[in-house]
Amino acid sequence: MSESTTTFEPRIVAFFCNWCTYTAADLAGVSRMKYAPNIRVVRLMCSGRLDPQFVMAAFAKGADGVLIGGCHPGDCHYVEGNYKALRRVTLLKRMLADLGIEEDRFRLEWISASEGDKVKHVVNEMVAKVRALGPLDMPGKHTDWDKEMEELEAHVNNSQKEIPAHVH
Amino acid sequence: MSNRIGVYVCHCGTNIASMVDVKAVAEYAATLPGVALARDYKYMCSDPGQTLIQQDIKEHKLDRIIVSACSPLLHEHTFRNATKQGGINEYFFQMVNIREHDAWVHTDRAKATEKAKDLIRAAVHRVPFHKPLEKKSVPIKSDVLIVGAGIAGIHAALTLANAGKKVYLVEREPTIGGHMAKFDKTFPTLDCAACILTPKMTTVKTHPNITMWTYSDVVKVDGFVGNYKVTVRRNPRYIIEDLCVGCSECVAACVFKEPKFPDEFNLGLGKRKPVYLPFPQATPLVAVIDPETCIQLKTGKCKKTCVEACGDRKAIDFNQKAEMKEIEVGTIILSTGFKVFDAKRIPYYGYGAYSGVYTSLEIERLVNASGPTGGELVLRNGQKPKSVAIVHCVGSRDENTNKYCSRVCCMYSLKLAHLVKERTGADVYNFYIDMRTPGKGFEEFYSKVSGEGVHMIRGKVADVFLENPADKNGRLIVQAEDTLLNIMRKVPVDMVVLGVGLEAQGDANDVRRQFNISCSTEGWFLERHPKLAPVNTFTDGIFLAGCCQGPKDIPDTVAQAGAAAAEALALIDAGSIELEPNTAFVVEQECSGCKTCIPMCPYTAISRNEEKKIAVINEALCKGCGTCVAACPSGAIKQNLFEDDEIFEEINGVLAHV
Repeated sequence: MSESTTTFEPRIVAFFCNWCTYTAADLAGVSRMKYAPNIRVVRLMCSGRLDPQFVMAAFAKGADGVLIGGCHPGDCHYVEGNYKALRRVTLLKRMLADLGIEEDRFRLEWISASEGDKVKHVVNEMVAKVRALGPLDMPGKHTDWDKEMEELEAHVNNSQKEIPAHVH
Repeated sequence: MSNRIGVYVCHCGTNIASMVDVKAVAEYAATLPGVALARDYKYMCSDPGQTLIQQDIKEHKLDRIIVSACSPLLHEHTFRNATKQGGINEYFFQMVNIREHDAWVHTDRAKATEKAKDLIRAAVHRVPFHKPLEKKSVPIKSDVLIVGAGIAGIHAALTLANAGKKVYLVEREPTIGGHMAKFDKTFPTLDCAACILTPKMTTVKTHPNITMWTYSDVVKVDGFVGNYKVTVRRNPRYIIEDLCVGCSECVAACVFKEPKFPDEFNLGLGKRKPVYLPFPQATPLVAVIDPETCIQLKTGKCKKTCVEACGDRKAIDFNQKAEMKEIEVGTIILSTGFKVFDAKRIPYYGYGAYSGVYTSLEIERLVNASGPTGGELVLRNGQKPKSVAIVHCVGSRDENTNKYCSRVCCMYSLKLAHLVKERTGADVYNFYIDMRTPGKGFEEFYSKVSGEGVHMIRGKVADVFLENPADKNGRLIVQAEDTLLNIMRKVPVDMVVLGVGLEAQGDANDVRRQFNISCSTEGWFLERHPKLAPVNTFTDGIFLAGCCQGPKDIPDTVAQAGAAAAEALALIDAGSIELEPNTAFVVEQECSGCKTCIPMCPYTAISRNEEKKIAVINEALCKGCGTCVAACPSGAIKQNLFEDDEIFEEINGVLAHV
């Protein structure tokens, strides 16, 4: 824990659609653009395949940020999957805010197959922002919360024992 | 039962190995649960690399294969095939991209290696959930649609038609021929463009396998590879094509005694009447009436002398309406061409402001025997120019306009220099940044033109201004820094020719959307792979030919058109194509019949079985986007290759970092 705070490297899980953003990331590679190595891409056929649970799972398993990449509006290979993604992302953002997950940790970007430089720019910017926010560490939080709950439970149990019978 | 996974880490020569410690990655992979074997190898895609996988499957009883190498868009197919050859289902394979997404984009070897490990771990988590799948096969209709009938479309159409395929060739202008029909001579051989093009145009017209629709637009495209349904609108030309013989008598008889309106084919340098033939070799040789200028079509109050002249042929029909044609084709070739750079965007070159400034395409028309001056190169005042400056790279290789090189301008500028010199004997000055002549016979042509006394000045023109500011039609001064002599040059000339670059068509973005393909940032249609699939697009069954894919000269255009035709033929003659089995399906027991998924599907592939009260997916219509899968509240819809379990495990794996 102490090490991870001193040399914090954000872990960002990205979900890229096959036709636009994944291809753009390939183009960034072919063009030898350089960007931060903190991103791990999961390929989906369409951003419309993005189940909000994927995002929740990524955060729950320790991602410090989640990036979604899809085709520009009107350009979806599957006509309108990206609009479906946008709807889900909009709702999800509210939910994440309620969970205390900062806005900059979750981002949706439209990146077309020719926009290799946008992949670079978006990844670098997001990594910098998440780095500034520090680790999210949901798994750690879960452990802490569990511990708190256990302590509270123990406390409640103990105090019940101590309470004199006539109080009841 | 636990799996026996084989993990292969490719060096890709030094492409991956120089930034990722492939040995360490393979050693790490070997420690992961389920991994029976992990190797690193110089070139996994090579024959020995693929054989290695096949042998290992047999010898080590592997049941899942992971190759971490380049992008799956490049070699997933290769390795699936190797997996299949090894004797297990090809979908037990997973590819990990550690080249484009890792080695090539990072500079810290330790971190890049760490990333490769994470990505491989994700795949190791994922593959146990892979299921054996079969490819589905769809039949290919043998008819082909070609959009755009310049030299690219014409060549592709003839190639396919000669192979016995039925071709629909759609062109929005009243004549086929495209830009090439406007040129006078072609570089470097100086053969006359019309002499080599018009016979091909005539063959298109008469070919029994080609249906040629000019003055027409594609308005709707539905379907997928093998089965496209396309709607073409045939715009009214107010002339019945089958009845018109191209005699031009209507043109002569028009109530407008003199041509009055700018002639599109001659870029406004000449005039035409409301009824006209675009040029003498127009194909089809059928007149067209412009509704914007025709008195009858505008007011309904004309003497209609044209109808009189047409007489018994009765080819003129003022009531003609746009006609919609629906066709079914298996493959589509896009050859929609380019537009020339608008020289007005560089105001200091004075195009549109000074009468002595022309674009190169205008000069093509002026030196052309069928052009507005009958091939005589004269200024707007009728005088022959005594000195001519040709400015290269107008709208090319310029941060302010287009960064790319348009590839043809140096050569056509040299050609125009030769033609101007030959026709007028004028002093010709070519202002160039670099002379780019990489082609068969190109450098020789450059030497030849240099030897003809054309002045070559190496310098980008900074300004074109009037010698006498009061006389807008007078002589011009071309100013440039001669970078070989290191002096400022101010050359007085009568005529300035701007060597305009090539740009994507103004509506390239609309066309791209219509056909569901991609464009580069400049608007050129994007090929599937710049080297290995240069005429394919990301949409199966749609191919590219000519300048719509990027600037190129006529020989390259024709070669590409032939390639596109061959790719289409390969699909047609195979009779069917295998598609990815990444379609969605409903797990009946889990479907509550809530209908959430039905409006999600853009292909109306989902319906409700009223008897069972559950959703049903028509596999033939499903294209595998997975939108319904993400929307299903009960998790009853699954997508092959992208099942929830597979993706959740990939997420777990990528983050299961110690």
